[in-house]
Amino acid sequence: MTLVGKEYQPFVFEVEKGRIRMFAQAIGDTNPIYHDAQAAANAGYSAIPAPPTFPFTIIMEANQAFMILEELGIDKTRTMHGEQSFTYYGDICAGDTITGRQKVVDQYEKKGGALQFIVTQIQLTNQRQEHVCDLNMTIVIRNV
Amino acid sequence: MSTVPKFAEVNVGDSIPALLGAPISRLQLALFASAACDHNPIHVDDDAAKAAKLDGVIAHGMLNMALLGSLVSGWASQKNLRYLNARFVSTATVGDQITCRGKVVAKDQANGENLVQLEITAENQRSEIVQKGSATVALP
Repeated sequence: MTLVGKEYQPFVFEVEKGRIRMFAQAIGDTNPIYHDAQAAANAGYSAIPAPPTFPFTIIMEANQAFMILEELGIDKTRTMHGEQSFTYYGDICAGDTITGRQKVVDQYEKKGGALQFIVTQIQLTNQRQEHVCDLNMTIVIRNV
Repeated sequence: MSTVPKFAEVNVGDSIPALLGAPISRLQLALFASAACDHNPIHVDDDAAKAAKLDGVIAHGMLNMALLGSLVSGWASQKNLRYLNARFVSTATVGDQITCRGKVVAKDQANGENLVQLEITAENQRSEIVQKGSATVALP
């Protein structure tokens, strides 16, 4: 059974500056662009920008990251997040409304089926229909 | 704010300044769980971690990857970041201190941009690789 090509319903996430500040504090990034609107403006942003890996928080909050496992009825304790990529096309800033669309882009096995890999891609666009980021996520499922 | 490096002054083989994370604490894992909406109990609850056959709580993979993001954005500025990738090779735990390193592996021009590709790693205090990946930045 191939999952490749399967698409999910779009989801929406509103980016809040308080959330960005909490995220930057939790990861220990003291760059003022994440904390101060003026510093963000001086760096060329319309508002406080989301740090590079914040898009993953968007998909976690939207309950998208491991949705496919729930759908397939796979016990999450047999799974691992194996690899993550972000491709950036534009800024994500406080005040943006982000729409995400998830699809399955690859599926393969290793070690004679003992390990199964599912790769999903989530495209993020903003309220101006600008494509801002793609996330590619590899989930590893242990079948033994 | 630090100055963004110039494409012409960056060479294949160059290392970028390393980023040393703070020792991972249970407080940081709790803060990250909340800020990043990652509530898997193996990151905050020792009982749940032990039930999952771990010795104790482990750090979120996305916390370590966030440090790699800070490594590259701190060097080239986030505006110039085009791509960030990490493979989750192993895990980090409470008390571990992660060092992120990057090395220039290629320079190209594409779509009117000067692109620099980096090989990036996150390693623990025993120099064991926790994450390994790549990044692309566009430099002036």
